[in-house]
Amino acid sequence: MTIQTGESEGLQPAKAVFYNDPKVRAVFWQIVAVLGVVGVFWFLIHNTMANLDRQNIASGFSFLNLEAGFAIGEGMIPYTAADPYWHAIIVGLLNTIKVAVVGIVFATIIGSVVGIMRLSPNWLVARLATVYIETLRNVPLLLQLFFWYAMIVEVLPRAKEAYGPFLGVYLSNRGFNLPLPDTWSYLGLGAGILIALVTVIWLYRRNKKIHDETGEIKNTLGPGMLIFAVAMLLGWLAGGAPTTLDSPEFKGFSFKGGAEVTAEFLALWLGLTLYTASFIAEIVRSGILAVSKGQWEAAGSLGLSRTQILRFIVLPQSLRVIIPPTTSQYLNLTKNSSLAVAIGYPDIVGITNTTINQSGQAIEGIAIIMAVYLSLSLSISLFMNWYNNKIALVER
Amino acid sequence: MTDTTNKEDWVSPPKTEVGVIGWMRKNLFSNWFNSVLTLIALYLILTTVPGIIEWALINSVWGDKSPEVCREAQGACWSFIYEKYRFILFGVYPYDEHWRPLCAMIIFLTLIFGSCIKPLWKLGWWIAVTWAVGLVMVGVLMWGGIFGLTYVNQSQWGGLPLTLFLATFGTVFAFPLGIFLALGRRSRMPAIRSLSITYIELIRGVPLISILFMASVMFPLFLPEGVSIDKLLRAQVGIILFGAAYGAEIIRAGLQAIPRGQYEAADAMGLSYWQSMGKIILPQALRITIPPMVNGFIGGFKDTSLVVIIGLFDLLMTSRVAFQDINWRPFFVEGYLFCAAIYFCFCFFMSRYSQWLEKDLAKGQNH
Repeated sequence: MTIQTGESEGLQPAKAVFYNDPKVRAVFWQIVAVLGVVGVFWFLIHNTMANLDRQNIASGFSFLNLEAGFAIGEGMIPYTAADPYWHAIIVGLLNTIKVAVVGIVFATIIGSVVGIMRLSPNWLVARLATVYIETLRNVPLLLQLFFWYAMIVEVLPRAKEAYGPFLGVYLSNRGFNLPLPDTWSYLGLGAGILIALVTVIWLYRRNKKIHDETGEIKNTLGPGMLIFAVAMLLGWLAGGAPTTLDSPEFKGFSFKGGAEVTAEFLALWLGLTLYTASFIAEIVRSGILAVSKGQWEAAGSLGLSRTQILRFIVLPQSLRVIIPPTTSQYLNLTKNSSLAVAIGYPDIVGITNTTINQSGQAIEGIAIIMAVYLSLSLSISLFMNWYNNKIALVER
Repeated sequence: MTDTTNKEDWVSPPKTEVGVIGWMRKNLFSNWFNSVLTLIALYLILTTVPGIIEWALINSVWGDKSPEVCREAQGACWSFIYEKYRFILFGVYPYDEHWRPLCAMIIFLTLIFGSCIKPLWKLGWWIAVTWAVGLVMVGVLMWGGIFGLTYVNQSQWGGLPLTLFLATFGTVFAFPLGIFLALGRRSRMPAIRSLSITYIELIRGVPLISILFMASVMFPLFLPEGVSIDKLLRAQVGIILFGAAYGAEIIRAGLQAIPRGQYEAADAMGLSYWQSMGKIILPQALRITIPPMVNGFIGGFKDTSLVVIIGLFDLLMTSRVAFQDINWRPFFVEGYLFCAAIYFCFCFFMSRYSQWLEKDLAKGQNH
């Protein structure tokens, strides 16, 4: 092809009409989208303001300082009905965090065990795990929560005729009542545990370093347990060897003393844990299956046992597959803990809902709920991303 | 190679390696650890299963019996279900008109099951048309008011049709919204991208309950004076907006799985953005997102039960109300089991279908 220099201008792409220029169009559509969103918001806010004016509701968060005036069944910090709303909401927030943390820990343990069980060469065990997973994950969580709550409240005996004590623990339709150490006299024991913990972590790091540098394997588990036993014993003796426990006792109409795990918490924790565990089990199973068969065979030909293969070869590799979906299960569990409101566990949603009903501050209430869950979700995501990066494959 | 067809030379495997004993040795008692596990599992089964069977089948009360008979009996009271199943399934819908929600339910099921049959997929747009016609028919049947059907307000709807209604409409409307959000999140225009990301992450970060609360207590404040929207519709809108954010992330995964070459080829053909998306990218991306979409539908189906909390009469609520009846108070286990069985049938079928579909769609990929 020959091109004559004189005509080269004619081969330049013709300047498009401005409204056909992709860049101009992009800017135009973005302005339209932003204006549309702003317009919708303006319309909603305008209506809301008008509605609030008419109902004489003052917007803003100043209502948080008013007296709440309702009692809360359980909490981790002291609270009375005379305290302000913000105090009640913090009690709810702590309750949400409590059930989420306990739920996540137990769901992870049960989920991992059931997931590994489902891959067991033992036919019966594998079938049991399958039945567990398929039943729980195909029934709505809310129904399960109602069911567990009803089972605890209706089937278990009244507090007066509670089952127990098994090792000082009573089980009744109000939940568990456990003995609790007398706080101060056990200070020495607590200090012993703390010292042991620090020492064992230091020992673990040192042994790991020796292993990395020389390849020599030093056992941490045995000495670690010894350190714990000795430190706890010394701490206990240093504290004056206390033997009394604050045991629950049925007096009048309820249990006095000890710690109480309420029926609401128990039902919520049971439901959330068992439901989420069934999902985590499937994630663990597919994560283990994602490790190629060659890895199993290679490890087997090195003479490792099945447990050793799982522990040293397969799990470290499958964790990389397991962590991201498990993170979203943790997020789901935390968000699902909001179903507490259905069975009367005083979590953040339940308490904020009561606050809304009493004060009429619907917008502020919902904003608080959303802000709390967004921050919880964000914290879990950040933590799990950090963990994921830590165990990620380091490629050379 | 030596001839091995001579039967006398064969040595049959030891008795302990074949048959029932061989199977048990291999699958139940391969080593001491497995033997212990088997014994524990057997113990668990033997202590629970006979009791459950005795309660549910042997000592149970069947048929049209009074609550007093049930109280006498040791086992389950299935008479409760016999007495209340129409209330559980259809709620407070006028009793004589129950055939209408029944027909609506059959239409729903036909649409859902029909869409699962792969050979029918080649009908393409006709599926969408069938769905539209079917959903209009459902609306006509449920509301009535024309063709000589008496009008039934949606506040009287309840039970399984309501659950199916919320789940199906939730998916049908969330799906297109999800496509736009997914495209928006992958758009090159910063304003559109950030709007989409904000929406998706905001919704995914909060529980459905808070969206439903928003729909029930906050939404009325948003509307101009004098305009009010029914509670069912508000919950439905909440479910749609919630589902769209989750659907968008599934579709985005599908869009990301399409090789870059497809996008470039579409550009090279001179197709506009909507042409290349509509004719090249989305048909491929949506195909691979069908199995996760089915899983999303299962999640959405289970999540519709949350409308109980804002007081709508879905399947779970009608089951609960059924044993609020003072006579049938003690038989809540039967009620929950019946309700759970219905949910289980739907979800189990759908999840098996999605597993099968995933394998089936993967077949075509590695030829």
